[in-house]
Amino acid sequence: MSTDHSPLWEVFVRARRGLSHTHVGSLHAPDAELALRNARDLYTRRQEGVSIWVVPASAITASSPDEKDAFFDPAADKVYRHPTFYEVPDGVAHL
Amino acid sequence: MSSPFDFTLALGDDALIAAQRLGEWTSRAPEMEEDIALANIALDQLGAARLLLTYAGELEGAGRDEDALAYLRGDREFHNCLLVELPNGDFGVTMAKLFFLAAYQLPLYTALSGCADERLAAIGAKARKESAYHLDHASLWVKRLGDGTDESHRRMQDAVDQVWPYTQELFTADPAAPVDPATLRADFDAVVSAVLDEATLTRPADGWAPGGGRSGVHTEHLSYLLAEMQVLHRAHPGAKW
Amino acid sequence: MYGNDFAPPEDGPGGGLLGEVEAAEAALREAAARARRGGPAPDEDFAAYFADVIDADQKIEPRDWMPEAYRKTLIRQIAQHAHSEIIGMQPEGNWISRAPSLKRKAILLAKVQDEAGHGLYLYAAAETLGVSRDELVELLIDGRQKYSSIFNYPTLTWADVGAIGWLVDGAAIVNQVPLCRCSYGPYARAMIRVCKEESFHQRQGYEILHTLAHGTPEQKAMAQDAVDRWWYPSLAMFGPPDGDSTHSAQSMAWKIKRFSNDELRQRFVDMCVQQAEILGLTIPDPDLRWNEQRQAHDYTQPDYDELMQVIKGNGPCNRERMEHRRRAHSDGAWVREAAAAYAAKQRNKEKVAA
Repeated sequence: MSTDHSPLWEVFVRARRGLSHTHVGSLHAPDAELALRNARDLYTRRQEGVSIWVVPASAITASSPDEKDAFFDPAADKVYRHPTFYEVPDGVAHL
Repeated sequence: MSSPFDFTLALGDDALIAAQRLGEWTSRAPEMEEDIALANIALDQLGAARLLLTYAGELEGAGRDEDALAYLRGDREFHNCLLVELPNGDFGVTMAKLFFLAAYQLPLYTALSGCADERLAAIGAKARKESAYHLDHASLWVKRLGDGTDESHRRMQDAVDQVWPYTQELFTADPAAPVDPATLRADFDAVVSAVLDEATLTRPADGWAPGGGRSGVHTEHLSYLLAEMQVLHRAHPGAKW
Repeated sequence: MYGNDFAPPEDGPGGGLLGEVEAAEAALREAAARARRGGPAPDEDFAAYFADVIDADQKIEPRDWMPEAYRKTLIRQIAQHAHSEIIGMQPEGNWISRAPSLKRKAILLAKVQDEAGHGLYLYAAAETLGVSRDELVELLIDGRQKYSSIFNYPTLTWADVGAIGWLVDGAAIVNQVPLCRCSYGPYARAMIRVCKEESFHQRQGYEILHTLAHGTPEQKAMAQDAVDRWWYPSLAMFGPPDGDSTHSAQSMAWKIKRFSNDELRQRFVDMCVQQAEILGLTIPDPDLRWNEQRQAHDYTQPDYDELMQVIKGNGPCNRERMEHRRRAHSDGAWVREAAAAYAAKQRNKEKVAA
């Protein structure tokens, strides 16, 4: 499947009530519904009570003044180059 | 067939054989994400099978544990429905099988979770959540394949037509069982109709209704499945793993 | 976590390495906390800035300038790593249907599933370098990118599942733990996560072998036979000897790689010796012995000619593994097309509704 047909989604997880959603990684899926299911399988191993957001990577506009990009200009704000695995959400085993 | 032992064993066999078939997909799914999802569902079925078979062994009181029941019975002693032992076919057939199975297991486990037998009720309470997920997953794919491309529509309709006859065995009345399967039919029909409609698929007419699984008369496929599943265990009688 | 229903064997492997993973994670956070002056000054040379970040043991992030060769090296390495996880599902997946107890079946299913997950994490890390997963999958399927040669050996008995867990996953962990400190941020973070999950894999393999080695004579023979077949291919996983390794020096300078092939191999051998003793199994190397002077074991090198043959495609299972992957990909094409067509229809419906 070409990348157009199965775009990249960024996944944000809130492990427990009271915490904020945190970026955990990305995945490919043809639509939001599948992206959400896949995210649940891949990033939470279906732990219950975990809140998940999926966001089309193409909908994110990024600014990273600390990272100096010469090579990739002018597509510099493309999120397919967004760093994955920022933070492991607190309290989720095996994340 | 309605003793608590028979009933529990049959449900355990359904789950075990379903897990064995789903496990065959490992490393073969249409997309890597789906490989993970199918393995999750296989693990759920296997987990339920282990609980049910363990309990069946206790009800029987003859000292058989989950492995004795899984590995040391022949195909005529298995009581699973025929639906679960059918070969996987293509992804459409697998999704049709999973969809019908989950649409049956969800109301079954839900009813079980309220039954008088505490052990069965606990198993039902755990498994119903998993079944809801399986039903959701299968429905999602039935819709996508049914209403995707011309080819996928054709394949999905074929799959539904092929598997449908085997659903009828699931609802054979058994008033003395902890949950009478006949009482689950209405829930099953409602879910199936809604999803097939949305998927632009036609619900087949009831006609040929193969059966016999519950009394140990199976398709030719089960013996092969068991031969593979049991080969190592049986080659080393009494060994620990 | 599914299937993780067994206690780690006493004195089993994993503990020390897991500690190193945690230390790498702490170092990553510590380096992130160390304040840096922002980006490079307007008149500053990008290359000098890049070198500065590497020297300071900080992470290069996706949007940083990086030498083209650094980017290419990382793409190749991360992709090969991802491919290895995906191809690596096959030899163990071969035993899911025949696992000798339901508990073992569940653990093995969960393990092979983890490998698919690791493949996905790694493809995602590679994608941050400006290459798409589809491109990488094509490179694998066309045979233009490699995967770890170890997976071209067959799993002939159940004990092979144990030997893969103990030796192959063990070697993989020794290789991967230093990658948790890799200079490229997304790769380092992916590796931290992968290594934490891998320690469960190694334990389950070790436990399988431990059970077999203390079982019936047939089971013990099965375990020894598996160790005999997997020992040297596992040593070969660390790659050619340092003198023959083409990419090593530059990768070390860039802090992609932290130790040489031979250093890691030595570390693995030293680790295995005591573990084999506890298992009661023999490492198939008559020349394996402690060298007091070097404070390390002397051992027989694997057959690097054989390694080269396997890399070239002439291992026992290269053709089957590739055929299996290609078939899964092509058999699934209609499903992926259907999902894409359905998504497009839904988008159109939304547009019409709006």
